[in-house]
Amino acid sequence: MSEIYGSVWWPYVMILVAGFLATECWRWIGVFAAGRLSEDSLLFAWVRAVATALVAGIIARLILFPDGVLGDVPVWLRLAAVAAGVVGYKLFNDRLILGIVTAEVVLIGGWAVMP
Amino acid sequence: MTSSDVNVAEGEDPSEFEGGAYWFRQGVKGAVCLPTLILMMAFVGFTSLASEVGLTLVEVLMMSLFLWALPSIVVLTGAMSVGAGLIPTAIAVAFSAVRLMPMTVALMPILRDGKRTKTWHMLVVSHFVAVTAWVFAMRNLPSFPRAARLPFFAGFGAAVQLAVLCSTTVSYVLLPVVDGPIAAGLVMLTPVYFMFSMYQASRTGGDRAALLLGLILGPLFYYLFPGADLLLTGIVGGTVAFAGWLFATRRAEL
Repeated sequence: MSEIYGSVWWPYVMILVAGFLATECWRWIGVFAAGRLSEDSLLFAWVRAVATALVAGIIARLILFPDGVLGDVPVWLRLAAVAAGVVGYKLFNDRLILGIVTAEVVLIGGWAVMP
Repeated sequence: MTSSDVNVAEGEDPSEFEGGAYWFRQGVKGAVCLPTLILMMAFVGFTSLASEVGLTLVEVLMMSLFLWALPSIVVLTGAMSVGAGLIPTAIAVAFSAVRLMPMTVALMPILRDGKRTKTWHMLVVSHFVAVTAWVFAMRNLPSFPRAARLPFFAGFGAAVQLAVLCSTTVSYVLLPVVDGPIAAGLVMLTPVYFMFSMYQASRTGGDRAALLLGLILGPLFYYLFPGADLLLTGIVGGTVAFAGWLFATRRAEL
């Protein structure tokens, strides 16, 4: 491994081992873990709830502790944008695009007019 | 489709294959939708970040093709930009991708057509499990005939991924590094889009409670149990939401 480290192949080894294998294994485990699980069993409802909560955890992390340029936006403005998005989404009859546009307008507009 | 209904006893009849090809094409057509466009724009945000930290176009495309999960791609980009080692990076990426396991488990019973579905088919299409295709499949596939679901999902997933790879290439080559409010807006697209999509994919009050609990517990556990926070958020938030929903809906039976 020490020969590969730092060579031109290193990024590809990183992508295939630390990237592809580290993500794809969860999908394969999921296929086998699903077994003969039925669509209307309670176990299925529980797994769906766990998956939903996990994605929600990622959502919260991406908003509150972001990498890069979004981290330069003050946290109150990020939260205000999300709140505005929820209001916009509900106000316009659960339309995905309008929730997103409202959140983006508040975030980009808010940051652009900040002194 | 109709002819395959006639000989359901025979799993190998050619009309089954025709049916599959038809539903695959329908899936490709189904991919021409707003979520695909939003995902393409979210990837433009990632492309900008990636070219800023010095990743080549080939690396960016390989990450999009092989990982196909934006939060994990962002984690890998961060690790590669600071020159982190293989094992620590693999662990960090694996933690960010844990959600793919329960998502796949939840999708498989919907995709599967009884014993007719081969395991290797499931393994191949499971690669398309990511928020966009998952939300679309959980919402729309239950109304499809069973035999149509897997080919439709394969066509949808492949078309979305191809569209994202194309737009990523174009934005890497043509767009300068975006900066300031627009860049922040592109990065913000992913969580906001995920949030509304997950809400739309929710079927029961239990799913919606899980979404809300995850949003609250995520940051809390980030401080309390750094490292294991995402996993705990999923298990604790999901279980509490599920138990609460079960209690609320089946109180009479318990």
